[in-house]
Amino acid sequence: MSEYVLELKGITKIFPGVKALDNVHFQLKPGEIHALMGENGAGKSTFIKVITGVHKAEEGEMYLDGNLVHFKGPKDAQAAGIAAIYQHVTSYPQLSVTENIFMGHEKVKKGRIQWKEMNQEADELLKQLNADFKSTDEMGTLSVAQQQMVEIAKALSMNARIIIMDEPTASLTKRESEELYRITEKLRDDGASIIFISHRFEDMYRLATKVTVFRDSKYIGSYDVDGITNDDLITAMVGREINDLFPKPEVKIGEEVLRVENLSRTGYFKDVSFAVKKGEILGLTGLVGAGRTEVVQTIFGIEAYDSGRIYMNGKQVNIKKPLDAMNLGIGLLPEDRQLQGLILDWGIGRNITLPVIGDLGNKLLTNEKKERARAKELAERVDTKAVTLFDKASSLSGGNQQKVVVAKLLASDLKVIILDEPTKGVDVGAKAAIYEIMGELAKQGYAIIMISSEMPEILGMSDRIVVMCDGRVTGELMRGEATQEGILEKAMAKTQKTTEAVE
Amino acid sequence: MEKKGFDIKKLTSSREASLAVVLLVLCAFIAFRNATFVTPKNLNNMFVNYAIYMILALGMMCVLVIGEIDISIGSTIAFSGMSAALILRDHQGTPTLVAFLIAIAVGTLCGIVIGIVIARGKVISIIATLGFMNILRGLTYLLAKNQWVAAYQVTEGFKSFATGKYLTFGLINNLIFVAIICYIIFFYFLKYTRTGRKIYAVGSNAEAAQVSGINIDKVRVMVYGIMGMLCGLSGALWVSLYASAQGDMASGIEMDIIAACVIGGVSLTGGRGSVVGVLLGALTIAVLGNGLPLIGVSQFWLDAIKGLIIIVAVILNVVLQRSMDKNNLKRREI
Amino acid sequence: MAKQKRVIIAEQEFSWKKFFLKWEWFLVLIFIGVNILNFYVSPLDKTTGLPIYMSLSGLFNATLSFLEKAFIALPMAYILVLGDIDISVGSIVALSAVVMAESYNKLGLPMGACVIIALLVGTLCGFINGFILTKFTELAPMIVTLGTQILFRGIATIILKDQASQGLTNVNWFSQLYWGKLGPVPYIFIIFIICAFIFGFVLHKTTFGRRLYAIGSNRVAAEYAGIQVQKIRCIVFTITGTFSAVTAIFLASCMGSARPNIASGYELDAISMVVLGGISTAGGKGNFVGAIIAIFIIGFLRYGLGLVNVSSQVMLVIIGTLLICAVMLPNLNLKGLLKKKTA
Repeated sequence: MSEYVLELKGITKIFPGVKALDNVHFQLKPGEIHALMGENGAGKSTFIKVITGVHKAEEGEMYLDGNLVHFKGPKDAQAAGIAAIYQHVTSYPQLSVTENIFMGHEKVKKGRIQWKEMNQEADELLKQLNADFKSTDEMGTLSVAQQQMVEIAKALSMNARIIIMDEPTASLTKRESEELYRITEKLRDDGASIIFISHRFEDMYRLATKVTVFRDSKYIGSYDVDGITNDDLITAMVGREINDLFPKPEVKIGEEVLRVENLSRTGYFKDVSFAVKKGEILGLTGLVGAGRTEVVQTIFGIEAYDSGRIYMNGKQVNIKKPLDAMNLGIGLLPEDRQLQGLILDWGIGRNITLPVIGDLGNKLLTNEKKERARAKELAERVDTKAVTLFDKASSLSGGNQQKVVVAKLLASDLKVIILDEPTKGVDVGAKAAIYEIMGELAKQGYAIIMISSEMPEILGMSDRIVVMCDGRVTGELMRGEATQEGILEKAMAKTQKTTEAVE
Repeated sequence: MEKKGFDIKKLTSSREASLAVVLLVLCAFIAFRNATFVTPKNLNNMFVNYAIYMILALGMMCVLVIGEIDISIGSTIAFSGMSAALILRDHQGTPTLVAFLIAIAVGTLCGIVIGIVIARGKVISIIATLGFMNILRGLTYLLAKNQWVAAYQVTEGFKSFATGKYLTFGLINNLIFVAIICYIIFFYFLKYTRTGRKIYAVGSNAEAAQVSGINIDKVRVMVYGIMGMLCGLSGALWVSLYASAQGDMASGIEMDIIAACVIGGVSLTGGRGSVVGVLLGALTIAVLGNGLPLIGVSQFWLDAIKGLIIIVAVILNVVLQRSMDKNNLKRREI
Repeated sequence: MAKQKRVIIAEQEFSWKKFFLKWEWFLVLIFIGVNILNFYVSPLDKTTGLPIYMSLSGLFNATLSFLEKAFIALPMAYILVLGDIDISVGSIVALSAVVMAESYNKLGLPMGACVIIALLVGTLCGFINGFILTKFTELAPMIVTLGTQILFRGIATIILKDQASQGLTNVNWFSQLYWGKLGPVPYIFIIFIICAFIFGFVLHKTTFGRRLYAIGSNRVAAEYAGIQVQKIRCIVFTITGTFSAVTAIFLASCMGSARPNIASGYELDAISMVVLGGISTAGGKGNFVGAIIAIFIIGFLRYGLGLVNVSSQVMLVIIGTLLICAVMLPNLNLKGLLKKKTA
């Protein structure tokens, strides 16, 4: 028997145009909780998909209990006792909880699915997890946290020996996270080995004994959790001192440009008020699901608000659709650049000029010549790594795609720029470039609202920080007075209160 | 939270319940205006005439549940029905069962080919089935050399299948019995077998289905195979029922079948649909077709009413869903 | 910003290989093939000894056999570029034609007014489609237009039952719409070419056309780019209704009558033409030139096969096969090319 229950050696995975994993190693001991850390886009998710047989690695070997294995597909991995709880919940919204738990390994007797038995077992599993819903509920009606419970129940039901959790705490409240810690430890005590992926240092310290770090698709190292510091880890993850990442220029902040008052949308956020000034970078933060994206989507006119007011330069405005917002000089860099920001099949030139084709021609006709000149100027201004304007957006890396979306924003004549997670899934080099562009824009007098979940980014770039929690603004901090702890406290303000009240 | 789960479940199950209520009211209304509607003879006629529709709706439901569509079914019915009819004409001694099996085999084969073109050839289902609708219809004519098989050319045994009651030893019409058997099989298949549940999994979230080890292409081909099989069966039944086979038989039937599914609450985006719902949907189409002429609504009004019902049904569905979502949002605590 | 180290090329490099690898050239080849075939199978003219097909008038007569439905194919191309589908067009044709004929026969309106009424009816039908689809964006266009398909033809059936509304041949100018010619060139041909040119120009040279492609390629991103997605979709469905009425007018002019069951299956013909032309039903792809060539391919193929008395049944098979192969071919081809590159 090998010392390791799972061992991967020299794994390389290539997607068209990108090396998603480059000679990566990993060792998991029996009964261990092993944290896997790294920035977005470091290759963690791909790595997991290699372990679970969804992707096939081009190079490298995988050993289970010391035996070389080749998974042909997810089924093989399941049969070998490997279960994964993915970051983007992979559920069947129209089907029942029971069915979601047992999909692929239903209880069958003589070819007949045993619903009664499965419902019973599902209810038992849910009880173990202290879940507040039933096995017969429809998956699509549950909250994200509840759906995650179902995913965990699924792993439990498969009696998995190796359980992989991909950012399970990202959308959980503190109390739910505690619950998850308890469950995870119980799983370990029952003999399972766990790979735990998380952005939260807290999770790692609380649970893991070992931590492995990836950066830019490469293996950086494995460390004992005892005796490692935040700084060491950040250096390992980012590859350089964090301070020089944020070239925040000193800008003289001008008069107020955009102001929202008591903005509310039923079910998403309530009484949100803040303002942003000329030359200012306003950081908008909070946990995932706090309602930040919904607020800016409402300001941009994608969704309608139920009550509240929006002012532009002191005048109340009525924004019903994105065109209204753009005409007022508000631009949005959406959260999901591939879905919302770009037309991947198109060349970068056409992508950049799409919002302004009507201004470049004569409203009716397109003017290709002017378009190309404008696109070239903007693409060069943000320093996109592309050869021609006709390179398809899909052929660029995440960071360069994001630069194209920024260039697309700059094509319009804007006063307020809203950036929703501008560095999500962007490599470190491009990150620095995007920060630099942000600084430049602030200098030129744009008012900037930046949504981000990454604490260093918020602290490093913002002049002022607005914190949201469960759809409400729970705090506003100035640059200088803000600390990581201070923000986190406000980001979890409400949930903590309820936790205390219960306990 | 407990309460929320309960409410939702009640609502989704009541979708079928409410359809049943609407259907009953419709029946009651028709019966009130013209009592002949509820006579056993008329009901028997209605069920015999629409048994084929009910059978086909089952297959179409599977196709819609995986998020695809099939508009070639009319042609598949014609092609397989014609195959059986020609065999009967040219080999007078052919047993009824053999003719049925031939039709079913031909239909299944057609379905599998369509499925492969969609799954492997990556042709969008509407286009692929549009193509096969033309191809199979053309082949039907060619196979029959542009002739039609008349009643006297079909064996007596085959014709009497649609009028006889011998499968149940005189209890109910054979056609109705076949439809009932199909419904029982499909109810069991879709609820109690893993293969059946895979259909729902693929329709609900194809990517997740792949991750949990389901071969999506295989499921797609299988579903089209099932649809083809039912078309083959229906083709044989059609020939038996109308005692003849024409090149243009069953053309346009796909719209009625899709309509039955939509009325029965099957979602066109995949993942949702139940055997009970489809049964009710098909019954609605049957009652409209049979009952409206009885109460003096001219047959010329039938299509307009059907079209209107489809549109109202789908819009109502959306409106209901929206208000449900809104209520859920209101309940969310901020 | 910053260092200005990279220069991005803004001129498209012209490559003969790319130019000739276009789908349209493949279509041109098929088109030529179809014409050669027609040439050979065409019967000989008794006076000149040349194939009938060779003469100009022969060629133009060939176009008469399919141009009336080609008018639906024009807006159908827009619909498919948007990633939508409309299967109610055949029924809109029937309803517009029936209302037009009845306005003439029953209401005794002048033919000119009846033509305008037909256009209004078609436009209204198209708008109903667009309105439902854009107010209830959750609904698939397939199901809504399936409903209206049955509804519109149903209304036509209510109006006329199983009768035909005849007597439209009494108005000379109306018959001339379809049968009239300017020299050897039918009016309908001239009108079609003008319309096709306008549709192509709008699709490829205007902001509206660019927005259509944007919506078809990525509806969400188009919305985020400030494009009024639902408004544009509604407009396109409405135009489709209008042009279905145009087809109705020509069809009525051709037959001199209208019946509720005319033009059934036209939606499928129109979709086949457009898809063969390389405009994908998935949206955002394709070229109008291809669609126009494909219209003529299918039209001439039908005409030519008709010349040699190949039954319409064989034509069904051929056109169906052509359609599936046209869609499947690029998928397979691409795979082959990629394999070669990596090898």
